[in-house]
Amino acid sequence: MITIKTILAVLIMAIVTYIPRALPLTFFRKKIESPWIRSFLYYVPYAVLGAMIFPAILYSTQSTVAATLGLFIAILLAFLEKNLVVVAMGSIFVVYLCEFFLVR
Amino acid sequence: MTEVHKNKTKKRNNEFKTGCKKGIPICLGYIPVSFTFGLMAVQGGFPPWFPIFISITNLTSAGQFAGLQLILQNSTLVEIGITTFIINIRYMLMSLSLSQKISPTMSFLKRALISYGITDETFAVSSMEKEELSFGYLGGLMIGPIFGWTLGTSLGAFASSLLSDRIQSAMGIALYAMFIALVIPASKYSKKITAVLFLSVFLSCLCTWTPVLNKIPSGWKLIVATLVSAGIGATLFPIEEGQK
Repeated sequence: MITIKTILAVLIMAIVTYIPRALPLTFFRKKIESPWIRSFLYYVPYAVLGAMIFPAILYSTQSTVAATLGLFIAILLAFLEKNLVVVAMGSIFVVYLCEFFLVR
Repeated sequence: MTEVHKNKTKKRNNEFKTGCKKGIPICLGYIPVSFTFGLMAVQGGFPPWFPIFISITNLTSAGQFAGLQLILQNSTLVEIGITTFIINIRYMLMSLSLSQKISPTMSFLKRALISYGITDETFAVSSMEKEELSFGYLGGLMIGPIFGWTLGTSLGAFASSLLSDRIQSAMGIALYAMFIALVIPASKYSKKITAVLFLSVFLSCLCTWTPVLNKIPSGWKLIVATLVSAGIGATLFPIEEGQK
């Protein structure tokens, strides 16, 4: 099953994963002056996270219903500014409980 | 050792420790995901060392899953390279964003090392920090996740019965819940951030659920949603210096 081609494939994957990670960080040393770009970069983390969370979270477990409940619990706990681990554990627990009754 | 020197070393140690602590939840969240990856690879007929080799060299989720699928389908190397590259272009935005948060004097080698550990999750946690990011902090932050990603893959490859289907499924929500925990407190105090957040969620849903737009490869969806929503945010609500 393992051939030179599969090893090459993994190395190519590693390279095309590393390059976008490294290019800006290693070559971009100056602080950006443009207020628009600075504002843009200020919003990037929230924009990335928003798009990464939704709608993917709905399909992150076996049952969409359970995932939706988990989502609400996570939002509630996060709104109360609970610790990261508490938020994660809370939603895992709710999904587990929910799927216990819903799945199979 | 002079007093100044001692203080510097102490500060560095503290930054490293803070980073390590913040990396623990990411490490735990990675285990079920990489577990699934190890399991899938072995079920696909590969020896256990193979998925571990992929996890160490790639350290990414979506790209690895897609890559493994393509290898199993016997796709060409060009196809594998292009597909995984498209999935990973998002890292350029994260890397650019981080480049503005680290000290301009950090050496090339340190930057090259840090780059390896940029993932959606380490980016999410470090970009929520208010202060300048040091090498010690970032290194500490990345060690746990790298370990968890490798450990999970190994467990999935060698001991696939360790996590039951139910627990695996429930833990699938962990990383998303973590993202929510990172984003909500910030948006609670800023209407501008809330607006950008809702906009990107809306665009991401649009790209997933509407015909034609749902043909966009998933790697691009995230980029389109990010560029457009952060761009609109920067145009409508520019940030004054020192206002953050």
